[in-house]
Amino acid sequence: MWMLGPLGFVQPWLLLGLIGLPVLWLLLRAVPPAPIRRLFPGVALLLGLTDERPETDKTPWWLLLLRMLAVAGVIMAFAGPVLNPQIREPGTGPLLILLDGSWADARDWPSRIDRATALARDASRAGRQVAVLRLTDTPKLAQFEPAEALAGQLALLAPQAWSPGEYALWASTLPEGGFDSYWLSDGLQHPGRNDLLAALQARGAVTVFQSPRPVLALPPARFEDGQIKLSALRLPAGDGVSIEISARGPDPSGIERELARLAVDFAIGADKAEADLALPPELRNRITRFEIVGIRSAGAVSLTDDSLKRRKIALISGVAKDQEALQLLSPTHYLRQALAPVADLVDGALDDVLLANPDVIVLADVARLTPDETEGLLGWLEKGGLLLRFAGPRLAASDIDRATDDPLMPVRLRQGGRSIGGAMSWGEPKVLAAFPEDSPFHGLAVPDEVTVFAQVLAEPGPDLAARTIAALADGTPLVTRKDVGQGQVVLVHVTANAEWSNLPLSGLFVQMLERLSVSTRPAAPTADDLEGQIWVPEGMLDAYGQPKDASDVAGVEGADLADGLKNGPAPKLPPGLYAGGDRRVALNVINAQTVLAPAVWPAGIVIEGIEAAREQALKGAVLGGAMVLLLLDILASLWVSGRLSGAGARRGAASIGLALACLATTTGDLQADAADDFALTATSGVVLGHVVTGQAQVDDIAHAGLIGLGERLYERTAVEPEAPIAINLETDDLAFFPFLYWPITPSQPLPSAAAYAKLNRYLRTGGMILFDTRDGDIAGFGGSTPEARHLQTLAAALDIPPLEPVPKDHVLGRTFYLLQDYPGRFAGPPVWVEASPPDSETVKGMPFRNLNDGVTPVVVGGNDWAAAWAVDRRGVAMFPVGRGFAGERQRELASRFGINLIMYVLTGNYKSDQVHVPALLERLGQ
Amino acid sequence: MTLTDASLRSRAEALGQSLPALLASAEHLASTVMLGEHGRRRAGMGDEFWQYRPAHAGDPARLIDWRRSARSDAHFVREREWQAAQSVSLWVDPSKSMGFTGDRSRAPKADRARLLALALAVLLLRGGERVGLAGDAAPPRSGRAQLLRLSNALESADAASDYGYPDARGLVSHGRAVFLSDFLGDIAGVEDGLSRAADQGVRGALIQILDPAEEEFPFDGRTIFQSMGGSLSHETLRAGDLRARYLARLAERKDRLQALARATGWHCHCHHTGAGALPALLWAYSALEDRR
Repeated sequence: MWMLGPLGFVQPWLLLGLIGLPVLWLLLRAVPPAPIRRLFPGVALLLGLTDERPETDKTPWWLLLLRMLAVAGVIMAFAGPVLNPQIREPGTGPLLILLDGSWADARDWPSRIDRATALARDASRAGRQVAVLRLTDTPKLAQFEPAEALAGQLALLAPQAWSPGEYALWASTLPEGGFDSYWLSDGLQHPGRNDLLAALQARGAVTVFQSPRPVLALPPARFEDGQIKLSALRLPAGDGVSIEISARGPDPSGIERELARLAVDFAIGADKAEADLALPPELRNRITRFEIVGIRSAGAVSLTDDSLKRRKIALISGVAKDQEALQLLSPTHYLRQALAPVADLVDGALDDVLLANPDVIVLADVARLTPDETEGLLGWLEKGGLLLRFAGPRLAASDIDRATDDPLMPVRLRQGGRSIGGAMSWGEPKVLAAFPEDSPFHGLAVPDEVTVFAQVLAEPGPDLAARTIAALADGTPLVTRKDVGQGQVVLVHVTANAEWSNLPLSGLFVQMLERLSVSTRPAAPTADDLEGQIWVPEGMLDAYGQPKDASDVAGVEGADLADGLKNGPAPKLPPGLYAGGDRRVALNVINAQTVLAPAVWPAGIVIEGIEAAREQALKGAVLGGAMVLLLLDILASLWVSGRLSGAGARRGAASIGLALACLATTTGDLQADAADDFALTATSGVVLGHVVTGQAQVDDIAHAGLIGLGERLYERTAVEPEAPIAINLETDDLAFFPFLYWPITPSQPLPSAAAYAKLNRYLRTGGMILFDTRDGDIAGFGGSTPEARHLQTLAAALDIPPLEPVPKDHVLGRTFYLLQDYPGRFAGPPVWVEASPPDSETVKGMPFRNLNDGVTPVVVGGNDWAAAWAVDRRGVAMFPVGRGFAGERQRELASRFGINLIMYVLTGNYKSDQVHVPALLERLGQ
Repeated sequence: MTLTDASLRSRAEALGQSLPALLASAEHLASTVMLGEHGRRRAGMGDEFWQYRPAHAGDPARLIDWRRSARSDAHFVREREWQAAQSVSLWVDPSKSMGFTGDRSRAPKADRARLLALALAVLLLRGGERVGLAGDAAPPRSGRAQLLRLSNALESADAASDYGYPDARGLVSHGRAVFLSDFLGDIAGVEDGLSRAADQGVRGALIQILDPAEEEFPFDGRTIFQSMGGSLSHETLRAGDLRARYLARLAERKDRLQALARATGWHCHCHHTGAGALPALLWAYSALEDRR
């Protein structure tokens, strides 16, 4: 095939005919148009008249040009022009198919697999051996096998949620010997690509397939200034588009839902877009993941970890608010300073604060609590709250927790406290001992300058040691902890201000608060934070961004995790949420530093788009164009030679014009890609469909009927259907329609086998067809009308379950309205639906049988519902129903039947499940 | 002999088939004209009653209308209107150029000419005139039978020449004549025929019958124009360029005819086959009525 830009020619040697064009030009130029002989008596008057311009006996240049173009077109057409020809070199020897198989491939994985399958099929036809490599795997030696053996493997291949990172290693493990390679690249630059490419090129020809679709990626969200900062990346940067980012997380009942949605606009030519999301803390803390709506790729999902969580902390001070004291002496000042940047603080009385259900309540030197408050706090603790108490003069002076165990104190306290290193005491101020291993503070460095001057003392007891999580150098407990239900009470035996110790002034204080999960950590955990711990995946992401069970995945070392956080996930470190202790770290495909770089291929590599422009033979179009030119030439020649006058000539010209128009229309729909439009229209909302019968009047009524039904639905229910669509069973895809209305006419042709297969698939996968024989006025029970007989013929090949007339308790009678019968324009024979299971019985005291499963795939009747629903363009009913008021009532009932039917289609047996509501309520009440 | 008989007979048959049609359409055309004003409005020879007048001395006794005279004392003579029969000669150009039509849906000029002639004959015969054809074919006679003879003669007249010239033979002196032709041939021939007729004291009308195509010249491109008989031809590369000059010549020809008619006391009219025949018939009739 000879190529000229995107145009190829099947038989290029025919183009040599173009050389003959100049000769033709000269020939045509030399020969003037043939004269017309006319009998004309007036010639007697013409004798002696001479022509004014004798040179016009030559064919005019534009006519010549027209003819030249036409002839050139014919020559070109027969040379077989093909737009975007796909040159398939037959190729010999083995074929290696490489798939990047990364997260960026996930967006169009099926088409990649299709492509690879096609390649394998071609190879098998040519008797070539094939090997398939997924470059995100750990490198292994490729085994060439017959292509047939690979077909199953290809279908099972799935992309991985990480980037291919070991190109160089792959390059060294390539099999020896010559082979051709097809590389289905994800279009992103990964390190080492050139090594592998060079290795491949050393062994044979390399062709690269790359999808032109943009890659979208979602870096992790950041929390700044009380707002969530979201950004999105794309490659390549193109037109301005708007994408939507959805924040998902569990709702109060634990079901994952979309909590917020945010539109992010890419400016024209920008590869990054940013937006802020402001959410109330309750919602924000529940977010588990952000994802770009509509993109199935792990890169478009960003899991959130602790870095986004903000704990809600209530600060309660024992000192009354109205007491005017210096700020620095306030018991909560240092707490407030330490917590304000990383947590949401709640102020107020304890009663009010409890209602807000904070994560942590800090009681700074609060001694007395009312019984109500105690009870409330206990209930809150049971559910997992953290009560952090600080000692202080009031606590030391009070007598709570002295004689009896206070449930809100981790240990019993001794009378009074102790004061060390003061003016009135002996000894030095005590420093802190190193934190024991079982303490949550283990690993924190204890600075020497932290000293304690005074503290409250714990009463020794059997469980004191177990409850102590920090102690002074002399072993006196400094921080004690006790579990209450799911929650815990922590007592710091010094004050929260610098009165009793300088601990609150030190950095250790903040770290301790962090360890107690009172405050949250800085956004990005450092390697030091992670090391020395095994991190267990709690949930993982697959390449499509869907959560994956992680129960069978081993934990990873903190160092590896730190590495993964920096360099992205790897085969041994899949993206997901990793938990270590009470911390969670999200390992996302895209991290904050990720930059999407396009793959750069050296010149000379053939790059094909996966959805590259389809090969299109232009022969027909070019030949058609030449035909048009020739017809034009006829007109022009006629005009030039003066034959275009007279009615007959004009008629001829008109017929040529008509031929031109026909040609235009036939060439116009050369590439009518209507299927996509149809799918878009059909899925733009709830769209009701009616089957085209071929009888225009019936089809019109069905259409008008569905419009009328749609209006009723729009008025009365939450269903807001779009304009109905007429469906050709042979050509249209049924999968988009929840409901089909099928009026039966005796003359309707039987669908083809393919259409029947489509219908059966439709019925099996939850579609519903309403068959309407429209003969309710004359038909009896048996079905002897032509329509009914035709329906029997039509339905013979359909997968229809046993039917029965609608039973009294059928859910169709109560999905929206309570209905006894189902009239249309006629209130005739019964309506048939799928028979209920034979073992269903009426339970005593229950109005309905317990029929929960399945929606009938067909409803069969003859009441001509569409005619009752039908409205004209002004919304006025098209056909009379019955007489007078009773008739209008019947029309109303017909509409109600339609509404019930659509509700039944859309909600299934939801209403049938309502019989269980009393039982459920009863169970809930216990 | 048998052959001649057979050909004669077949032509007669053909004629017989077409004649009634021509005659019928001519009669139909003539019937739309209200006959009138043909009487001489004076006492004379005629059938119509004109007036009673008192008998003078010298009136023969047989002229006295006794019935009228008996009602009074005086004698009356009944006078009839003078209805002098005129001789009208028709000449229809039998040449080939009259066979031209510019459009398949239009009849040739000859058809229109014959129709007009015959319709005129119908009217005139009905008025009691004597109508005949110029030349020897059908000398002027009156009566309905003449109509058949006329139509026979018209149908059979077929000349081989390209253009026809008025035939002044057989014209009745001081009679009337109507010449129907396209007058596209040599004007000298027309002039000659017309002057000869005028010499005999014949007055009448020239009806020039033209096809609309001849009036418009709707041709373009490279064309070879030929006369109907093929005796004349003219080639042009751009017929459209000739249009203006042709039209000028045609107008000149019409003016010439008008001048001729004026000089000889004739009337001249140009009729197009694209238009209806009735106006031309009316014009011809009133032109013959004209008494100067």
